[in-house]
Amino acid sequence: MNDIAWIEKALAAARPQAMAALLRYFRDLDRAEEAFQEACLRAMKNWPEKGPPRDPAAWLIFVGRNAALDAVRRDARNTQLPSDDVLSDLDDAEAGMAERLDDAHYRDDILRLMFICCHPDLPATQQIALALRIVSGLSVREIASAFLANEKAVEQRITRAKRRVADANIPYATPGPAERAERLGAVAAMIYLVFNEGYSASGGEAHIKTQLCDEAIRLARLLLRLFPTEPEIMGLLALMLLNHARTPARLDEDGQIVLLEDQDRSLWNSNFIAEGIALVDKAMRHREPGPYQIQAAIAALHAHAKAPKDTDWQEIELLYRMLERLQPSPVVTLNRAVAVFKAHGAAPALELVEPLEERLSNYFYFHGLRGALLMELGRGNDARISFDKAISLARTPAEATHIRQHIDRLTGDGSKRQEAG
Amino acid sequence: MLYAILCYHDEDVVESWTKEEDDAVLAKRQKVQQALVDEGRMGPSIRLVPTTAATTIRASGNEQIVIDGPFAETKEQLLGFYIVDCRNLEEVIDFAKRMKEGESCTFEIRPLRIFNTGELPEKIELAG
Repeated sequence: MNDIAWIEKALAAARPQAMAALLRYFRDLDRAEEAFQEACLRAMKNWPEKGPPRDPAAWLIFVGRNAALDAVRRDARNTQLPSDDVLSDLDDAEAGMAERLDDAHYRDDILRLMFICCHPDLPATQQIALALRIVSGLSVREIASAFLANEKAVEQRITRAKRRVADANIPYATPGPAERAERLGAVAAMIYLVFNEGYSASGGEAHIKTQLCDEAIRLARLLLRLFPTEPEIMGLLALMLLNHARTPARLDEDGQIVLLEDQDRSLWNSNFIAEGIALVDKAMRHREPGPYQIQAAIAALHAHAKAPKDTDWQEIELLYRMLERLQPSPVVTLNRAVAVFKAHGAAPALELVEPLEERLSNYFYFHGLRGALLMELGRGNDARISFDKAISLARTPAEATHIRQHIDRLTGDGSKRQEAG
Repeated sequence: MLYAILCYHDEDVVESWTKEEDDAVLAKRQKVQQALVDEGRMGPSIRLVPTTAATTIRASGNEQIVIDGPFAETKEQLLGFYIVDCRNLEEVIDFAKRMKEGESCTFEIRPLRIFNTGELPEKIELAG
């Protein structure tokens, strides 16, 4: 790797910590971002000559803060002075900055920086866009291509989100334990949103989609390093690693979805799987099960299976049962139905699926699974109706093709059955 | 003499490498290792799973307590190591320098003694 490439990596790695500290000093997202940009420019000039600093984040915070303070002072001459308490705050910050970063602060600083992106009034897409821009430092162009949106729209989305966040006045005092736990939960959910935006099959360039998954994993690792004893954060990281491990096998050469049971398991990323399983193992010791841990445990069981037939569906069914209790939702029940189907057959699975119709009538997977179960039970005509419905709800050509293959199999089976009869 | 070459780097930085970048680093190092491999002097190459998967056991009074996380919070972390059979320190240094070419990580060379070569499971799953 050449100098510039290495420096870019170091800047990206230091970004959350540096942005978090700068935000605490300036209490303004735009000012913190400008300060960070300025520090990065100076790093690009300085580091190749003098070599990288021992602590890149501390260097960036120090340089960024000083550069921004200069700018504030310059502005102050031309414009109205900021209010007294802001000014004294800045001075305090300057005095305190000569010392190294305080670990206790830095943990809550980064948590705050991430938490800012999780404001409950912000719709999911704005949370994701803001987190990618502010915390991860992706460019507007990259974010736009992830969302298949135009840059101007994304820019506006981020500006609006920033304004919301500023109005929300998230307190800068060190949070108490309850508040910290609440922030942690919200941040975990936001990270999972980023992951799912990357993992979902709908839209966006493949390259950038993978980058979103990588980024979510990076953020979860960061969070877990700050809060190393939180089993749900271990679960979240494990869940994403175990799912992302399958990415190389999820789409075929034509970009069509390959079902879990048809995937070439030798393509799965064994490093991610090893790490994910280790984290599930570690989280279990805490005996505080939570939704991320349970979903990760399910993913671990899939990863453990060398071939689809080795999958421990009974255990998976039990885990979905636990998840249903903790986080009841028709989608979880639908997933449990898949496990019931594999472990106990189509009839009990269909019993579980039918009552979900009202709530999942617009859900592609509901109709897909219902069709598959009906087909298994020899109810070809009913299956056909479900498959047609599924196709009409498919969000990607790959999903539609997948269902069409079922229909082909159905008509194939049907003709065979007729011949036999 | 057997030596361990311990590799330290900022985990955050290494984790931000893409798979291609990671593979390129490994391929470059492997090229350098080939001479030792040919002479049967290259021991195992080991990558440690990130420190977030680490667990530490410490004595606290008379108790052994289990703590989530690595031994110490440091700026750079031990990410993996190599075991090689080299004639002397000069040779390991030369080898390590060539492996490290163009990289910003830190290598620490530690002569080592083996009590027992041990036995690993017959079918061990290699990192990919």
